[in-house]
Amino acid sequence: MNEKPEKLIDKKGLRLDGRKPGQLRSVKLEVGVIPNADGSAYIEQGKNKILVGVYGPREAHPKHLALQDRAVLKCRYHMAPFSVQERKSPAPSRREVELSKVIRESLEPAIFLEYYPRTMIDLTIEVLQADGGTRCASIAAASLALADSGIPMRDLVVACAAGKADDTIVLDLMDEEDKLGSADVPVALMPNLNAITLLQMDGKLNHEEFETAVNLAIEGCKQIYAMQKEALKAKYVGVKEEAEE
Amino acid sequence: MAAVIAKIKQKQIAQLIDKGKRLDERELTEYREIKVEQGTMERAEGSARVRIGKTDVVVGIKIEMGEPFPDTPNEGVLTVNAELVPLASPGYEPGPPDENSIELARIVDRGIRESKMIDTEKLCIEPGKKVFVVFVDVYVLNHDGNLIDTAALAAVAALLNTKMANYEIEDGEVKTKQGYMQLPIRQHPITVTCAKIGDKLVVDPQLEEEQVMDARLSMAIDDDGDICAIQKGGTGYFTPEQVVEVAKLAGEKAKEMRKKLDW
Repeated sequence: MNEKPEKLIDKKGLRLDGRKPGQLRSVKLEVGVIPNADGSAYIEQGKNKILVGVYGPREAHPKHLALQDRAVLKCRYHMAPFSVQERKSPAPSRREVELSKVIRESLEPAIFLEYYPRTMIDLTIEVLQADGGTRCASIAAASLALADSGIPMRDLVVACAAGKADDTIVLDLMDEEDKLGSADVPVALMPNLNAITLLQMDGKLNHEEFETAVNLAIEGCKQIYAMQKEALKAKYVGVKEEAEE
Repeated sequence: MAAVIAKIKQKQIAQLIDKGKRLDERELTEYREIKVEQGTMERAEGSARVRIGKTDVVVGIKIEMGEPFPDTPNEGVLTVNAELVPLASPGYEPGPPDENSIELARIVDRGIRESKMIDTEKLCIEPGKKVFVVFVDVYVLNHDGNLIDTAALAAVAALLNTKMANYEIEDGEVKTKQGYMQLPIRQHPITVTCAKIGDKLVVDPQLEEEQVMDARLSMAIDDDGDICAIQKGGTGYFTPEQVVEVAKLAGEKAKEMRKKLDW
């Protein structure tokens, strides 16, 4: 981004990348992309490119972190140094520490951790390229990776942001809208249980706008949820075809 | 920070709340007693000590000169840091900030930043080169639940209380001159936290309630009654209807507090 655009929404009501306010960016999901991992997934959403890998349940390390009645979920959200315009130091920033925590808390309600006492599940999120909304895209890919690893889950967790660009409530903010818009509301949802597992906001919204934004984000979540299920099935269709050959 | 709480007590708290009662006989939507003292630390440019029940937080403001961020050359810098010092709780240990203290600092930061409380453009001395850096240091002295609201309130109270040295520019040099100036303040954000225990929402959870809660939701409300920052925490969930209810509750509670504090 070199020059600041004057307006985020043009006269026709279209956004910088030509989307309508309630429209998602193109999303591509793939399951089982890292051969070494017990479960893995890849997501492209706009220019976001994110890989997630799951190892475990396995022996807790360090051992003193183990819990007697359930598994420990460990989550690391990390951005590659080349994922953003200005090189990001590979050391974990405060933002990454916070995001690792909220992403973990958004996924935990979905996992039957009590099935695996005294073990640890390691979840690694590598953002290879960032384009706004990385925490949401990470959550969508992470729950697919968990499902791919075979860990029993109550539902898939899916996430999507809504926000405000100029005076319009818009879905799935891209980088420019995230930076120059006036509000950003990421939401994570377990659609079958109607449960919001992550909710953050920054910016300024009145109560009515906030409610509209949350509902719009939930609609976005439901669209990505359908794609998640397709991606999960697609892996096994591939396996079946291989076996039949 | 996972403190131990007896199963029988967990059950007792949950059952009480289900009946609309709490351990300390508060209403579900009632805060504990709030005490705000400003200017408690003379060495700091601004300070405040806030107690909500037995939770005790002191915030000190220090102001230094420094460089602006390259993407905001005309604006002063705000940094918030939080220390969960070992004296505040048996569960705290010395060492670099862990995820809990980083999260606390970032929630306090977001409330101040997103409400545009400080007019940071007025803290610019020389564009691209020299600006004032405002350090907000949150120091937790006793942890008895709801650190978020206590710390956020203390930070805002301390910033309101801040007096910084007056300055003038002579031949490109910054010189201090007589007198003090106030920080350029535009907003007074108030953060309200609700915990979800069972199907009920409770405002201002005390420590034992936090230990049994499913999840918490914190909202910062600005002078116009608008929402400017939100953070959900904990390993449970909220339904969309509960989220709207929390927003309403937060709006009402912030309004009440604003009236009492005369902000």
